[in-house]
Amino acid sequence: MISREELERAFDARFPPEVQEKLRRARVAVAGLGGLGSNIAVMLARSGVGHLLLVDFDRVDVTNLNRQMYLIPHLGMTKCGAMEQIIGQISPYLDIRTRVIRVTEENAAGLFAEYPIVCEAFDRADQKAMLVGTLLRSCPQTTLVSGSGMAGFGDANRIRTERKLSRLYLCGDQQTDIGDGMGLMAPRVAVCAGHMANKVIQLILQDEGAGQPGA
Amino acid sequence: MATVNGRAENIAGITLGEYLARAGYLPERVVVERNLEIVPRSMLGSTVIRDGDSIEILQFVGGG
Repeated sequence: MISREELERAFDARFPPEVQEKLRRARVAVAGLGGLGSNIAVMLARSGVGHLLLVDFDRVDVTNLNRQMYLIPHLGMTKCGAMEQIIGQISPYLDIRTRVIRVTEENAAGLFAEYPIVCEAFDRADQKAMLVGTLLRSCPQTTLVSGSGMAGFGDANRIRTERKLSRLYLCGDQQTDIGDGMGLMAPRVAVCAGHMANKVIQLILQDEGAGQPGA
Repeated sequence: MATVNGRAENIAGITLGEYLARAGYLPERVVVERNLEIVPRSMLGSTVIRDGDSIEILQFVGGG
């Protein structure tokens, strides 16, 4: 088994040490482990984010393989359990917590209270609105990064990151809905997940205190 | 006059729920901020828009 020290030494040494330290202290939650969430969690783990909370009620299904991080051996596992395995193969010393639970208006504030940055990575538009509205209202210290509009195979340059409302960053083209004749494909979903993960890292490294305990 | 997503609109006196329906929004997919405060979904039907209100409406699309 590779040691913690070996892995830490392997972090891109061209960054100054405080970059690695800030990332290691950061606490980020990912709500939903589908195409967006599974990609975001892996990117944050690779980037050295030290504390992750992953929340999803669902199990890995064969229809997930077209765009989500899972492999055939994960079929039937909870997405939380599968992500623990995958991230364990990338960053085994990361503090990863998982909750197999459906997020509701009632439990959202309690679930995410200890995580100053929360990624909304749900599939359904009404669930996205529910989580963003609930956390902006009841967790005044939380910054949200959310995805809206990444279906299809249209121009990937239309996917962008925009600041909205008071503490929300919205990633996506804000338009392309899923529905009859319009599904999800790996490239645009991954582009959107990349926008979200990058905004999280910017918040940790540039925004004074965001993502740090006690912030 | 109130401002919705940066645009002045003559809508004082109606509720946020009425405005959403009139403007073609899907209420279960939106987050509404009024004067920098999020309006709970259960209050959309009873919150009356006043002169000078600044309203931001964000509607989500599906996929993730």
